[in-house]
Amino acid sequence: MAKVLMKGNEAIGKAAIEAGCRYFFGYPITPQSELPEYLSSELPKVGGMFVQAESEVSAINMVYGAAAAGARVLTSSSSPGIALKQEGIGYITNASLPAVIVNMMRGGPGLGTIQPGQADYHMTVKGGSNGDYQNIVVAPASVQEAVDMVMEAFDLADHYRVPVIVLADGLIGQMMEPVEFHYVPKWDLPEKDWALRGKGDGEKHMVENLVMEARECEEWNLAHYRVYRKIEEQEQDWEEYKLEDAEYAFVAYGTVSRIVKSAISQLREEGYKIGLIRPKKLWPFPQKAFDRWDGQIKKYLDVEMSMGQMVQDVAYACNDKHKIEFYGRTGGIVPGVEEIVVFAKKIMGGDK
Amino acid sequence: MSTQKICCAGFGGQGALSLGKILAYAAMLEGKEVSWCPSYGPEMRGGTANCHVIVSDEAIGSPVIAENAACLIAMNQPSLDKFQDIIADGGVIVLNSDLAQLHGSAKTDKIYAVPANTMAQNAFGSAKLANIILLGAVVQSVGVVRTESIEEAFAQVFGGAKEKFIPDNKKAFALGYTFAKGEHA
Repeated sequence: MAKVLMKGNEAIGKAAIEAGCRYFFGYPITPQSELPEYLSSELPKVGGMFVQAESEVSAINMVYGAAAAGARVLTSSSSPGIALKQEGIGYITNASLPAVIVNMMRGGPGLGTIQPGQADYHMTVKGGSNGDYQNIVVAPASVQEAVDMVMEAFDLADHYRVPVIVLADGLIGQMMEPVEFHYVPKWDLPEKDWALRGKGDGEKHMVENLVMEARECEEWNLAHYRVYRKIEEQEQDWEEYKLEDAEYAFVAYGTVSRIVKSAISQLREEGYKIGLIRPKKLWPFPQKAFDRWDGQIKKYLDVEMSMGQMVQDVAYACNDKHKIEFYGRTGGIVPGVEEIVVFAKKIMGGDK
Repeated sequence: MSTQKICCAGFGGQGALSLGKILAYAAMLEGKEVSWCPSYGPEMRGGTANCHVIVSDEAIGSPVIAENAACLIAMNQPSLDKFQDIIADGGVIVLNSDLAQLHGSAKTDKIYAVPANTMAQNAFGSAKLANIILLGAVVQSVGVVRTESIEEAFAQVFGGAKEKFIPDNKKAFALGYTFAKGEHA
């Protein structure tokens, strides 16, 4: 198929359909409203179902129901809407159900602004619901990558029976770039023989959340964490950019990583040996990238559209909090190339 | 050319975003790397709207233009005032001279003042195609893409029921192209 020019939000909708998703439940909010709008017209054409729920809370619980019935199901929102969905995300996680949740982040906290942000890192990567859990979190930096990652997200969700969160900033949803759609399943996935599809003559299936016995709940949680350990081993994903001779490394994800790449071009022209570690998944965090490069990197320059929510993960990954310098903008401001160059030069000094 | 940055700006409803989209589409059809990045705030009809288009032979870093734009298309006065400093030295400003005037000096002397509303009104009886007239002037003065690619982009963007709009769009494009050619002949 030839490339088409599409907005990130619409491209994600198309990617979901290509990956076999037939159910969407959501509620409009800027900057992701084009995604439900697109699916409201496109899902019925492929025999799917689009429901604009009365609120984000009901939408995420419709996702819970559809996932329990074995459907490939999607919901999307932006920061304050995702905050409302947290309870449901915890329930879906606890019930070991697959689902894909898109968060086109905007400035916060509270209702915040509608401009792009990355300040839902804590809520999404550390978990905004109650209890011991993790969700896989993928972080696209282009419209094409959003497409590829959404397709992969459905496979990851089904394979590990976990919710997967696509964490992008509003700019990824709003901008247009050329995209292609090639869905190649990551695994040959088995039938969902656990799904609630009406007992008939078959065996009884249950999707449960309440565990009365604490010992039993602990066993349940430990079973989840065995899956998480496997995900941490198998699914770390990152890009290494101009690190071969680098003495310094930016750490950035999403739109910011692209602005950082422009900054790297300028800095390298002036002789600075600097590259980038770009996490493509935020959980599991790419520990292996840091293990690989830490020996030659003097300092990590963490740049985000937040007040530094990823810093702790970078500190843990490189095991030296003194090696980290942070620069961030907040509230919906996208940093410019120039300010990142100035920040980097201040850290590197005359250290070319 | 390795990278060209173009900023299109105007009132909401003037077609600044569509202008940028057709330019981006044409560049994509030529196999270039492209990004189209809209301003999205509380924009509405009558408010300001702009988009940043980047066309490159390489993967595009920041999709947001802060400086060194090869071209600014200013469809009204607030857009010209707000964005004229992001133009690169020797860049091109294409302005809709019916709604915007340059006061004082600009960073470039390559200025194309196109009375696009008047031209559209005269040719089509409405100002709707003023944006495509300006696009014609941009392709003539800055390049970025070939005329044939724009025509192919029209065919892709105006598919199906919208096909009837293609002839007028081509005509508007040609009007702007010819005008710009005459300006700096």
